[in-house]
Amino acid sequence: MTRTEDTPDIVVIGGGNAALCAAITAAEAGARVLILESAPKPYRGGNSRHTRNFRCMHHGPLGPLVDSYTEEEYLADLLKVTGGKTDEHLARLAIRTSEDCLPWMEAHGVRFQPSLSGTLSLARTNAFFLGGGKGLVNAYYRTAERLGVQVRYEAAVTHLDLDDNRIAFVDYTQNGETRRVTPKSVVVASGGFQADTDWLARAWGPAAKNFLIRGTPYNRGVVLADLLHQGIEQVGDPTQCHAVAIDGRAPKFDGGIVTRLDCVPFSIVVNKDARRFYDEGEDVWPKRYAIWGRLVAAQPDQVGYVIIDAKSLNLFMPSVFPPIKADTLEELAQKMELPADALAQTVAEFNAACGDTSAFHPTELDGVSTTGITPPKTNWARPITEPPFYGYSLRTGVTFTYLGLKVDENAQCAIGNRPVTNLWAAGETMAGSILGQGYLAGFGMTIGTVFGRIAGKEAAAHAN
Amino acid sequence: MQTDLLQEARRQAEICNACRYCEGYCSVFPALHAERAFSDGDLTQLANLCHNCRGCYYACQYTAPHEFDLNLPQALANVRQDSWEDLAFPQAAGRAFQKNGVAIAVATVIGFALLFWAARALAAQGGEGFYAVLSHNAMVAIFLPAFLFPLVSIAISLRRYWQRVGAGPFRTAHLVKALKQAGNMKNLKGGHGDGCNFEDEDRFSHTRRMAHQAVMYGFLLCFASTSVATVMHYALDMPAPYGIFSLPKLLGISGGLLMVLGCAEMIRLKLRSDRALGATQAFGGEVAFVGLLGFVGLSGLLLYALGQTGAMPLLLVLHLGAVLAFFLLTPFTKMAHGFYRLTALVVDAQR
Repeated sequence: MTRTEDTPDIVVIGGGNAALCAAITAAEAGARVLILESAPKPYRGGNSRHTRNFRCMHHGPLGPLVDSYTEEEYLADLLKVTGGKTDEHLARLAIRTSEDCLPWMEAHGVRFQPSLSGTLSLARTNAFFLGGGKGLVNAYYRTAERLGVQVRYEAAVTHLDLDDNRIAFVDYTQNGETRRVTPKSVVVASGGFQADTDWLARAWGPAAKNFLIRGTPYNRGVVLADLLHQGIEQVGDPTQCHAVAIDGRAPKFDGGIVTRLDCVPFSIVVNKDARRFYDEGEDVWPKRYAIWGRLVAAQPDQVGYVIIDAKSLNLFMPSVFPPIKADTLEELAQKMELPADALAQTVAEFNAACGDTSAFHPTELDGVSTTGITPPKTNWARPITEPPFYGYSLRTGVTFTYLGLKVDENAQCAIGNRPVTNLWAAGETMAGSILGQGYLAGFGMTIGTVFGRIAGKEAAAHAN
Repeated sequence: MQTDLLQEARRQAEICNACRYCEGYCSVFPALHAERAFSDGDLTQLANLCHNCRGCYYACQYTAPHEFDLNLPQALANVRQDSWEDLAFPQAAGRAFQKNGVAIAVATVIGFALLFWAARALAAQGGEGFYAVLSHNAMVAIFLPAFLFPLVSIAISLRRYWQRVGAGPFRTAHLVKALKQAGNMKNLKGGHGDGCNFEDEDRFSHTRRMAHQAVMYGFLLCFASTSVATVMHYALDMPAPYGIFSLPKLLGISGGLLMVLGCAEMIRLKLRSDRALGATQAFGGEVAFVGLLGFVGLSGLLLYALGQTGAMPLLLVLHLGAVLAFFLLTPFTKMAHGFYRLTALVVDAQR
């Protein structure tokens, strides 16, 4: 049975950063706002729960950020990672607006780390949330509730009914019951579809069934599929997802940041046949991190194995699961279920190809490379000789998908080439409008904050 | 120490070390991030640095129902509690009182009983005021050992602690840094100065920090009052009673008020807080101890207010009994945390 209930002015679908920015902005503009979050309360916040920082343009020091980071430099960084696959107009809008987002975030309860001592040196470009993304999400929920925003958890939106060029009503289920609301405005901020592995497999092929999902299990793309099915304009390549190589023992969903492995540059990486397949020393790890997801995805059974020796163990961030440890390569192969002979041969060939290692420098491209093997290792190439030996398994971890809703500079969705009069989108669900491929650390939160606020403002203006 | 508690804290610390999102909250995280593997001593030090502000718990993406099931405030509270029992001298007293509200209550009653007995048996003929109930010499004979014993006991425990956590040589500069942090309770400010998450899930508030400061400074004022009075009695030949504008009274009354208000607020906050984020088994013992501390303050104030009435002998004995119990229990109750925390801050300053 469908129950029609007391109707808010605006329904915000989703409960992460973009949704909260939209809800807060709309509520401050005087609208009555209802958030429909499909996750239960402990898991609220979508992938924002797992995020950590916000990339922000600034002229001169701003909040925790030092120095300056100009629009042109920011855009250049974006163009580099996207290979030009971006809508420059929207990208510039996001970049430019990011500067006044940071004080807005602080004014709405978000707190930043004063400075960062970790392995990443991003003090100029990225502001880090104190406590991470869940801290940000908590602060926004407190702010939203103070502003009178209603929040329903475990409220899964199943259908937005498109009537000509407006959304007539929204159906969702809660406590096993179907409910219907008829708001004046709707903001969709419900993420991508990466947690629906069937959809991933349709796009990627069956290999995607072996992928791990780094973020929330609640981004199943139900609303996205519903809207695309009704002809709302789409953007981004359905076959594309952002995938990195993470610890193969990570949970299927929600492993988050701790599953990352920074050891690849100091290792050799082999597949299940104990063969190397790519230059492990191509670049410093954060820059090359993302390509290994695809490299591992292309290997048999979508697995890879990192092999290091004792001298490399302390050169990278501690891992969440301890490495597999053995006194001999043969024993390590056995423990990792790799063919021992083949591994011994691969390591021997690699070791023989290593040359002078005296210039080894763990934090910069040191040019310590192999000669005469394919693939080569072009930096940090030191023979694997010093027991004990350590190994990690690698699997492909999906961060997000690129397929989404196409929006204009008002965050408004369209059907054909006319706008849907009361539908806006923000966050991961429209990020493909700007981020066609690749990724730039902290840019997801920038898109979410900028377009969340725009969507909230526009939705409230329409409702009033 | 209990291996399972250490093992659980180690499991959680390793996950935290791979995440590092909580870096800015308090002193625990920079100390944790400095290690790759955690010895029992490392975990003991981390546990005693933790102020149970709970900021990290509410910011954590890996708390239950997530399968990693992180609850670092609880894991560290359990190790901390266990370390106090283990390091206590004599150890059996640590085991008896740390977690046990009933034992604290019984000890307090015994303290009262002793004082009643002493008041009857040792009442000074011809003394004035309080000394008509119990002579000055009798008070000294009872309280001097009761004061010295805890000091010796705590000194032994802290020495054991220092060795267990592998601290370096003592430096005054480290103590000064630690005293500054303890003085304004920096680690209860949440890193951003908004306070901690104690009584209302993820809402930040300074309430616990303020209540805790009231207790600490109230206690120190009362202690100063007693010290000043001792000096006046012995060095300046100015025996009690003292007038309201005398130093002992000014310090004692303000300290007593702070202590009573602070303890009442601490108990209120404890009852509101989520017990599953602390050492659940120690909850009763902690509440009982804060209650005793508050009663020391309250009975002292009442004694002052009603000192000229017929209730005086009864109030005096109640107050002195509570003080006696408090001193004797100091090394074996929540009171010990102050000494361990300060020591942990000194050790942390060495890093």
